[in-house]
Amino acid sequence: MSALLVMENVTKKYGGLLANNNLSFAVNQGEIIGLIGPNGAGKTTLFNCIACFCNVDSGRILFNGTDITNKPPEIICRMGIGRTFQIVRIFKEMTVLENIMIGAFLRHARRKDAERKAIEAAEIFGFTERLGLKASSLTISEQKFLEVARVFATGAKLLLLDEIMAGLNIQEVRESVELVLKLRQMGITLILVEHVMEGVMPIADRVVVLDYGEKIAEGSPAEVIKDEKVIQAYFGQKYYAKRREYTT
Amino acid sequence: MKKNIIFFLIFLGGLITFPFVFENPFPRHLVIMILLYATMGIGWNIIGGYTGQISFGNAAFFGVGAYTTAILLTNHGISPWLGMLAGCGFSILLAAVVGYPCFRLRGHYFAIATIAVGEIVGVAFTNWDYVGASVGIYLPILDESLMNFEFHTTKLPYYYIILGMFLFALTVCYAVEKSRLGYYFRAIKDDPDAARSLGINVQRYKMYAFSLSAVLTSICGTFYAQYVLYIHPSSTMDLMMSIHMCIIVLIGGLGQLFGPVVGAIVFVPLTELTRVYLGSAGQGIDLIIYSLLVILMAILRPQGIWGLFSRGSK
Repeated sequence: MSALLVMENVTKKYGGLLANNNLSFAVNQGEIIGLIGPNGAGKTTLFNCIACFCNVDSGRILFNGTDITNKPPEIICRMGIGRTFQIVRIFKEMTVLENIMIGAFLRHARRKDAERKAIEAAEIFGFTERLGLKASSLTISEQKFLEVARVFATGAKLLLLDEIMAGLNIQEVRESVELVLKLRQMGITLILVEHVMEGVMPIADRVVVLDYGEKIAEGSPAEVIKDEKVIQAYFGQKYYAKRREYTT
Repeated sequence: MKKNIIFFLIFLGGLITFPFVFENPFPRHLVIMILLYATMGIGWNIIGGYTGQISFGNAAFFGVGAYTTAILLTNHGISPWLGMLAGCGFSILLAAVVGYPCFRLRGHYFAIATIAVGEIVGVAFTNWDYVGASVGIYLPILDESLMNFEFHTTKLPYYYIILGMFLFALTVCYAVEKSRLGYYFRAIKDDPDAARSLGINVQRYKMYAFSLSAVLTSICGTFYAQYVLYIHPSSTMDLMMSIHMCIIVLIGGLGQLFGPVVGAIVFVPLTELTRVYLGSAGQGIDLIIYSLLVILMAILRPQGIWGLFSRGSK
């Protein structure tokens, strides 16, 4: 199995703050990777580095064997990496269909083709009945799905989804889990930044845990949740110490 | 949809038959000015309305169109029609030179930069002897013919030429609206970062929008030069002119195909009538009224007058 995305010693600084420190990991074709960590761990920064909304200070990012470090976002998208935003950025003035069409236009220059492709994508994401609605009239969770649909329509091979399950109820989390699995079946590789553990843990093949910009653990979900560093990062030193007292 | 087509055909029929109903020069002149401003408004709408890049420098394109035609005709005897094409070429060039650095600016900063550029071009022409400096250019009086783009006894041919230009601009705008270009323009207006993340080269598409806008404004400049036969910097590349284009679209409806048309229908008669009835004493009264209109529109109907009609059509 060849690696689709390789991060080599990626470092990103904001002034004196190391948002991503010397990160290295690889993502294989067809995998679902969970990227977790406490707030401020550098997950979104990492997405921004891959999709190049900010320039990496050092290190390399390879996609399909090509160096994509610090290439502009539109080129990254053209190469087949799609991302969503933590705070939704749909086109509010446009309808649902038009939003998805913007994505579809990337590989379908003619309007009719783009529209057909967009309607196909809308069906997968359950927007068929709401194509004519203004995007801003959707609920936040629907808007998040619309973002995924929109970026899916660009024909991306790798999707970076930034907290699509945040703020969803249990039913909706279940739906989005199914959706992620459906996308994987279609041959799309996914990296999920997520705080909703019951959403990401059952479906992730591997989990990468960040804390203060560094990778503190990587492995299957079962391994990671037992990892001491991860427990420390999530519950703090104090809780960790207490827990040790009880268990020993 | 069908209803819209019928309305448009009635509108078009009215425009075609208008000069036969009104044979006096003044009503014809009035509609010529409406069509001229509507065409400029359509040009402005592409960059300002659809793409959301507020330009206060579009008069520069109008001026470049007018001056290119006038100079090629007076100094080199080249047909105004060729001059029009050359004017479009120079306008695209200017759009590229201005757009390349300015499109890196966002929001208000772009608008401010375009004011500067528009004024710089105006000042340059005011001090440039080759183009007549502040005196301007009197175009030579030639025989009346379509080739020469000059008619002295009747306004009728001018009327149909500007009608043709207007329909051309409307068609271009319609084609843009219905193509990838138009969707991308609107995406850029809505959220440039999201647009980039979807593979849109924002810088390039802004350039396309600006060039299209420049061409449509430039042909208006050519028409103006041939219609008035006298041009000078303050009549062709004044800041006020850019603001007029902007006001027309704001009143009519930003990013709407027929917005500038409605805007021009409201705007031009007011200007022309205050000019005719009040003369120079009334200068500025029209602007007071527009300002009030713009304020009212901003509060009551941000989609512009056209938004009143098209509401619920989607």
